[in-house]
Amino acid sequence: METESQESILGAGMVRRSFLRYAGIGVASVGLLATAACHKDHSVHPTSGTIDLGATGDVAILNYAYALEQLEAAFYLQVTATPYSGISSSESALLTDIRDHEVLHREFFKAALGASAIQALTPDFSSINFSSRASVLAAAAAFEDTGVTAYDGAGYLITTPAYLLIAGKIVSVEARHAALIRDLITPGSFAGPDVVDTTNSLNKSASIADVLKIANGYLKTKVSAVNYGYTAS
Amino acid sequence: MNLFNIIEEIENVDPEVYGRISERRDVIKNITSFGSKVALAALPFAVGTIFKKAYADTSATPSVIDILNYALTLEYLESTFYNAGQAKGTALIPAAAATNYFNQVTADEKNHVTFLKGVITSLGGTPASIPEIDLTAGNGSGNGPFKDVLTNYSTFLAVAQAFEDTGVRAYKGQAANILANKSAAEGIKPGLYQTVLTAALSIHAVEARHASAIRSIRGQTPWITSTSSLGNDTGISLVNANYDGEQNVVQGGVDVTTLKSATGNTTSVAVATAAFDEALSPDQVLAILQGTFLVKK
Repeated sequence: METESQESILGAGMVRRSFLRYAGIGVASVGLLATAACHKDHSVHPTSGTIDLGATGDVAILNYAYALEQLEAAFYLQVTATPYSGISSSESALLTDIRDHEVLHREFFKAALGASAIQALTPDFSSINFSSRASVLAAAAAFEDTGVTAYDGAGYLITTPAYLLIAGKIVSVEARHAALIRDLITPGSFAGPDVVDTTNSLNKSASIADVLKIANGYLKTKVSAVNYGYTAS
Repeated sequence: MNLFNIIEEIENVDPEVYGRISERRDVIKNITSFGSKVALAALPFAVGTIFKKAYADTSATPSVIDILNYALTLEYLESTFYNAGQAKGTALIPAAAATNYFNQVTADEKNHVTFLKGVITSLGGTPASIPEIDLTAGNGSGNGPFKDVLTNYSTFLAVAQAFEDTGVRAYKGQAANILANKSAAEGIKPGLYQTVLTAALSIHAVEARHASAIRSIRGQTPWITSTSSLGNDTGISLVNANYDGEQNVVQGGVDVTTLKSATGNTTSVAVATAAFDEALSPDQVLAILQGTFLVKK
């Protein structure tokens, strides 16, 4: 039972079904990634359980986003499946909304990338106590704030205007999530000094390496970006 | 900003400009040394020009300076608005809301103004001057549809929300224009493209944080939850144009309502619209702001 619920949460075991489903919207996918070749270089290394984003370029960056969205979606699916003790109805509604956004981001990247998509990742949430509000919200804030710094920090690597626009459409929603979660933890911390520079009021941004180091702490399937200077350890 | 246009404007104001400086290219070289006179002389015309030149989706690509001045103009509007609100003290903003929210937002917008002016100057450009602003949206009459904006907290919040959500959309609309300037930016200074784009995205994210917080204060979802026919979820029809387009559900050629959700094989319009924020072009922003919040003579 545990395994089954984990599988449905994580999307593991659904790769084949998803492939069949998305084969049906191949035309739409072509619209976004018309030139995306079938990248074989981000297949799983059987011994390490590590995948790589592959050659530098837009496909790698979209897969980077896809990896982060998979992680966020899996997290909120678990949060809503096993709500923390004392969760209020308004918090439950907000976290359910966020879950739905992250699941859609994940599904969008999967559809857009088509055959170029990395595999479904297996998360490791053993460091999170899902029955504790403090533990869940702290993890949520970490995921959201990291997501914002990731999109802001990788935007310049995107070469296709349409993809850059889509990244922009998503990052502001992640920032809305981040602000809400932070205010649930501490009212008034929506743009706190740990995430927004106090001198110029720019959100912090982060490199692929810095972000993947954090993300891999929550992943059994480690993600590398060798061509962007980061190898998962 | 197009330097040749600036020079023509200077010529209008200061016909002796070519007499005092022998060659046209020297004018360009020395333009910053004209200092405040140029800024004051050239800029009354600038707001409309800045908007018109910062087209998001037409053939004319604005320069990096155009884009930064466009952003600066929007930050002036926000900063003026919050400064005016804060100046009213607890007569307008409850003390707790000021402590938890508006002190932060006001400081951030002020910092954005300072930051953008600094970047524009460092690139040899001239920062736009502050436009004439009417916070009631009355085009200078002070008697516009939001005439109690500085005396009624709920009006103040509604305008704040519209400004923040619109600001997010306006920045988003410039990302591709900055990308279009990649070679030009790298020609000025290696690494400049990364710096400018990352800065724009980073301000954009802070505006979204503000929008989220202010929407929560108003009792709305922190994200824009549209219906298939109406982008605007604020309940204030006066700001329909600020939200028009948020009802879009097609991303990169994919109708995202056809994608599976946590609970089924399709996704609701509410989720599909909330999960993706939409951009606004400078044309659209100009149509919203000029003749209302920005005074058009």
